[in-house]
Amino acid sequence: MHELSIALNIVDGVLEELDRQKSGHVEVVHLRLGRLSGVDKDALSFSYGVACEGTPLANSRLLIEDVEIAIFCPVCGVERPTRSFPVLTCADCGAASERVLRGEGLEITAMEMVA
Amino acid sequence: MNEPRMVELRRKVLKENDLLARRMRDRFQSAGTRVISLVSSPGSGKTTLLERSLTDLGREHRVAALVGDLATENDAALLARSGAPAKQITTGTVCHLDASMVERALDGWAIEDLDYLFIENVGNLVCPSSFDLGEDLRLVLVSTTEGEDKPLKYPTIFNTADVAVITKLDVAKAVDFDVELLIRNIHGVRPGMPILKVSARSGEGMEDWRNF
Repeated sequence: MHELSIALNIVDGVLEELDRQKSGHVEVVHLRLGRLSGVDKDALSFSYGVACEGTPLANSRLLIEDVEIAIFCPVCGVERPTRSFPVLTCADCGAASERVLRGEGLEITAMEMVA
Repeated sequence: MNEPRMVELRRKVLKENDLLARRMRDRFQSAGTRVISLVSSPGSGKTTLLERSLTDLGREHRVAALVGDLATENDAALLARSGAPAKQITTGTVCHLDASMVERALDGWAIEDLDYLFIENVGNLVCPSSFDLGEDLRLVLVSTTEGEDKPLKYPTIFNTADVAVITKLDVAKAVDFDVELLIRNIHGVRPGMPILKVSARSGEGMEDWRNF
């Protein structure tokens, strides 16, 4: 349950960005969550509410967008999706890949602000 | 009523941790200190492998260890038997180490006086995977008293580690453990991952580990 630590990091990060805006109120925080990030979406949503308490982000919403896994297929020679987990194989030809191109990250992409 | 405005950001959530880890990695590098972290489930043999490594490496090199647990100073006391400096990081309820905990624990230590620094993470195969500690090498340990399918159940940690170490090799036969199946599973999740096989008790494979 490291989602609380992650949520606290999100709140710190957004507060830092909010500081740069000088004024305004954050209503929604947008997050991209890779399927391979090792972070659970439900636990993160719950933790976010707890982490926001007593901060200017209290009552803001966290909107999480899933990022699907994409691998580099050594046989096809291009980026491919994968439908297998945890053994990552090319969805097209089935070859195993050791290079993950997308789906590992955890990134704040935007905040919706009023005033 | 004001329309909400969208402020675009591209900010990694663990930016602060990653930046601190990078600064520490630079610091370790300029001090000439090699930093190795160990992660595994509780009871996979991190502390035993570490005690043995500190004793063996300590004959020719300057070594030290940090060890994370939720509570007690037991592991630091155990590791101190090797004669190497060992410091406990007690995390309270936190299930992993992060870069700032390591930085705080190193306060007052002269890094440049060390050849090797080992960091034993909290016993947990899930949470430590997200946090860079500034280490050069991350080992994930799996013991022969666990299931051969551990890599399939906890793939993320195998994807963030550099080397897999199979521990307690001396009891593999007694508990009907299929080492080859574990290796296939590790390589299924992470093709080409380097694997070491050791028994800290019998000393088997320890030479390979030291040379690594």
